[in-house]
Amino acid sequence: MSASTLVAVVGNPNCGKSALFNALTGLRQKVANYPGATVERRAGPLLGNDKLELIDLPGTYSLTPRSPDEAVTRDVILGQYEAEDRPKALLCVVDATNLEQHLRFIIELRGTGVPMVLALNMTDLAAREEIRIDADALSKRLGVPVVETVAVRRKGLEALQKTLDGVLAGARQSVVDFGISVKDHQRAARKIAADVTLSEGIGHKTTRMLDSVLLHSVIGPIILFSILFFMFQAVFAWAEAPMGWIEDGIALLQGAFEGILSDGLILSFLNDGILAGVGAVVVFLPQILILFAFILILESSGYMARAAFLMDRLMASVGLNGRAFIPLLSSFACAIPGIMAARTISDPKDRLTTILIAPLMTCSARLPVYAVIIAAFIPNTPVWGAIGLQGLVMFILYLAGIVFALIVAAVMKRTITKGEVQTFMLELPKYQPPHWRYVLVGLYERARIFMRRAGTMILSATIILWVLSSYPNPPAGATEPAITYSFVGIIGGWLEVIFSPIGFNWEISAALVPGMAAREVAVAALGTVYSLSGNEDMIAEGLVATLNNAWSLPTALSFLAWFVFAPQCLSTIAVAKRETGGWKWAIFMVGYLFVLAYLASFVTYRVSLALLG
Amino acid sequence: MNHPTPIEDAVLESLGTMRPGARGRIAHFEVSVDEGQDESLTDRLREVGFAENLEVEVLHQSPFGRDPIAVRVGKMTIALRRKEANIVKVHLV
Repeated sequence: MSASTLVAVVGNPNCGKSALFNALTGLRQKVANYPGATVERRAGPLLGNDKLELIDLPGTYSLTPRSPDEAVTRDVILGQYEAEDRPKALLCVVDATNLEQHLRFIIELRGTGVPMVLALNMTDLAAREEIRIDADALSKRLGVPVVETVAVRRKGLEALQKTLDGVLAGARQSVVDFGISVKDHQRAARKIAADVTLSEGIGHKTTRMLDSVLLHSVIGPIILFSILFFMFQAVFAWAEAPMGWIEDGIALLQGAFEGILSDGLILSFLNDGILAGVGAVVVFLPQILILFAFILILESSGYMARAAFLMDRLMASVGLNGRAFIPLLSSFACAIPGIMAARTISDPKDRLTTILIAPLMTCSARLPVYAVIIAAFIPNTPVWGAIGLQGLVMFILYLAGIVFALIVAAVMKRTITKGEVQTFMLELPKYQPPHWRYVLVGLYERARIFMRRAGTMILSATIILWVLSSYPNPPAGATEPAITYSFVGIIGGWLEVIFSPIGFNWEISAALVPGMAAREVAVAALGTVYSLSGNEDMIAEGLVATLNNAWSLPTALSFLAWFVFAPQCLSTIAVAKRETGGWKWAIFMVGYLFVLAYLASFVTYRVSLALLG
Repeated sequence: MNHPTPIEDAVLESLGTMRPGARGRIAHFEVSVDEGQDESLTDRLREVGFAENLEVEVLHQSPFGRDPIAVRVGKMTIALRRKEANIVKVHLV
């Protein structure tokens, strides 16, 4: 229980609640242009008044929840949410361009008796569509104060705060009887909306025009496919230069340390441990940011819901629905928000299936792994003009993840998560030019998280690995590199027994273990292990060249196949456990992915060995 | 309904059977018990924005198997599968 006054932000999906919440609290909640972007409650004190706490809630159409995220909203509003007081007031948000639809839920909320302020949001878009609404008349009809706002441009915030203070201090709001059934509420909403709307407006012509192309039965799917393809080409092509700068910077540092320090333990710790390990991962920041930029732009444009529409049929063929495509596409960035986003799926079995296959979507942490191997073994020859072979291979790896996700889903829906056919119903929002501020804030957040991981988890894993790789010291008269006699060498040797049938040497086997902490640590680990076991020339050439010398092509391909199914990172397992409510499904997920990874690598290794000799 | 006449009742069509470009006005909702549908589906359709007397137009259909469809309902666009769309009965224009 908190001492401050709680105010919940509620409304239909995609009406701008999170944007308003961010503007009022200064926090950076995710803002996107598709229904279901917010899947959990988030609280924060109001800017300039920390006695008042705002709670951002998932959007919902009614107090009858259709999915787990909507249940959270109902529970908070009705005061049934554990360990939290009932909100003292509601900050209701409606989209001014769709008043008659959004008012229905507000009318239902009036029945709860909780005092409220109505934010008539997106009035800028309404003005552009020549919609005119009489806010005073609306206020009189509903019996609650109405404030016009444009959350993304921070307009109307002062008036909103003042009104909110007034409502919290003031008298009870009169109860107006609007009936109880959905139909009653709908009728009342349409009546009020019609009465207070001075001008109907002209609709959003751009959206209709864009849809006639983007949802076209031939061009539509081609565009969707092209967008994804272009995304992976860009990840390679655009990141090349900035990655070169980071590599040069790391080499410069290593050179500087060599100049200052004498050959010994400290130099090895800094150069072979930290710089070779953490540096091997940090180099991928540009690629990860480019991938995220694409996803953020897609999310804020309104295209995500269209992609769900185009994919619904395909998803239905494996027993899921188009909505599941949004969490799966988000999983390209990271499986964790992807798994969380599955809360918008109403059927528990569909939701479980989506959670279980989310890790098969290639997350950005696997990007470094793919990129290192591709750079080392795939020549960057152009195929069909502008398209590079490296980008093509990357695209195929992503595609393999998607295809296997669908196959696994199909198998699960016919066996362990069998259930009735579910519906698909999704509002297609109006297209918006991406809000650059949100895209940049999203990228900044991502870069921060990535660098923090590099500075904490990856750094500590690298240090531990360096210690285990350096001790115990080799016996006198040893002929092999020192690392062979170390703990890592010994453990790698044991694991090699398990992994040699799929072509992994002891170095790879050893790197897989810290790779459990986070997938990109596997790259850092390879960096450290090879840096310690190689000669000086190899270190100077970097990890890419080292791997090219040390691995056969079948081993490299097998390693790629392994990471398509990639053993889970610990945070994904933890989130899967939380979201499925226990260890059972989390363990199942890890188990099936390990089995598939091993089988895929085995087949890849044996087949390529037979073909390539 | 504004002006229900026997003639209009005769040309009621289920939204799920309409082709892109077809337009009309929503007459009422009727779930199919044979299909295992119950009244909560009508509520759900109302919640996303379907209502009596609203104008509807089928805008797009999925390139794969022509299902789901994207429908303009009043000012909004809603994507749904034909099976659920069939609950919505429409006076064709």
